[in-house]
Formats: sequence, C-alpha cells, structure tokens
Amino acid sequence: MTEFTPVLSLSGGLLIGLSAAAAFVLFGRVIGVSGIVARTSDFDFGEGSWRPFFLLGLILTPLILSLVAPSPHGFEPMGLIPMLVGGFLVGYGSRVGSGCTSGHGICGISRLSKRSIVATCTFMTTAVLTVFVIRHLMGGAS
Amino acid sequence: MIQVIALVLGALFGAGLYIAGMTNPAKIVNFLDIAGTWDPSLIFVMGGGIPVAAIGFIMLRRRARPVIFADSQVPQGGEIDRPLVLGSAVFGIGWGISGLCPGPAFASVLLEPGVIIPYLVALVLGSLAYERFHR
Repeated sequence: MTEFTPVLSLSGGLLIGLSAAAAFVLFGRVIGVSGIVARTSDFDFGEGSWRPFFLLGLILTPLILSLVAPSPHGFEPMGLIPMLVGGFLVGYGSRVGSGCTSGHGICGISRLSKRSIVATCTFMTTAVLTVFVIRHLMGGAS
Repeated sequence: MIQVIALVLGALFGAGLYIAGMTNPAKIVNFLDIAGTWDPSLIFVMGGGIPVAAIGFIMLRRRARPVIFADSQVPQGGEIDRPLVLGSAVFGIGWGISGLCPGPAFASVLLEPGVIIPYLVALVLGSLAYERFHR
C-alpha cells in the first residue's frame, strides 16, 4: 500500500518534463535513460560528453535532496531475485525495443511518435499483467 | 558549458523522480496493480511531464537547429516492427517484476546502494546480452 500523491507526483512530473523540454531545445536530443546508459557504457559519450554528466546529475541530486528533506514516499523494494531478473529484462528489453519509460513514455509520447505510443502501451500492458500474475495468481508479496 | 547544462538537466530529472515518488519501487508496482492496491500517482507524473516536454519539442521544431548542438537527433517516423513490440513487452515484464526502470534506478542508487546496485549490474548485463546477440 502506498499513498496516492497527486500533487507531489504532478510536481515531479513537471520537473521531468522541463528537463526533457530543455534537452529538445538546447541539444536536439531525446532524454532516454536506457539509451544514455547504453552509450555511456560503450564509452561513446556523445558531443561534449553530455551523457555521463546527465547521469551524474541524475544520481547525485536525490541524495542531496534526501539530506535536505527526507522523501515522503519511502522505499519499499522487492527482494534480490526480482531485482536481478527485473534488471536483466529491463536492460535487454529496452535495447531491443529502443527505449524505456523516459524515452518512449515521456519524450516519445510528447512528440506523438507512433512507435513510442505503441511501445508504451505494450510495456504498460505486460507490466500490469506481470504484477497481476505475481500478486493475484501466485500470491506473491512482491 | 555543455557539461554544466547536462548536469543541470540530470539534476532536474533526478529531482523530479525523487519528488514524484518514482524512486520507491512499491509505488510503481501499486500503479501497475489495478486489481489490488492501485496507486494512480504515475498518471500524474506523465500528465505533468508529457505536456511540458511537448512544448520543448514544438519549440525545437520551430528552430533551424538546437541552441547548442549543430543538428537535431530526435528520431523521425520509423516503422512499428517486431523488435519494438517484443522488446517493449520484455521491458514491461522486468518493470513489473522489479518496480524499477532505468531512470529511477539511477536516481536511487546512492540512497539504497545495497538494493539498487544488483539491479543495475543486471541491467547492464541485459544491455550487453543485446549487444552480443543482436549486433
């Protein structure tokens, strides 16, 4: 059970949108975290190495914020096995499908890309089905 | 200059995920659990993010080129093909199992390294598996 947080989630969404909008206008690039990771882990940093610096800001800022104001949302992770299996499938699937929640779900839909709309509907559907199977058919706590 | 801007964009993105609650995997899984303890918060994240990103995209299209870089590399068109659908389907299964996608994982790695580092190692392995077998 997590609390429904419309105001905080909308506020956070606006900041995410601002970041994506600025990346469009300033860089002419899509903020897709899976793609940024892929390029960074290939040591193909792109122009002026912007990608690793984006990752640095992404990694450091929540820590800094947590020191100023603890998250009201908490942190309730799954176990080690779901993290390993989930991480692998997310890493593999986002490469085959050319994007993740940021690249397809936010940036792609914002430019009304048909590919991104199809990708987002697809991963939303399989994710909902996966959670349904784990929680309601297998009775898992995760 | 490019590095400073990229750092700020990453900081905005990370702050947004943190404030929105997307760094808590239970919040994602509860969003996906429509038949159970449904938490619709993620709709508000997308509802805030997509229109603002769209304004940026429209501004980009009205310009001859981006402000900083010489050319825009935003994908154009493209077909809906098998890899797109199958890859996204696999991505969704992993997202549902873990409650994490790449952005929130990086945003919470310093907060909960013991939980997130195994996820990120597996994520990179999944990405390498793609490189090994598909390229």
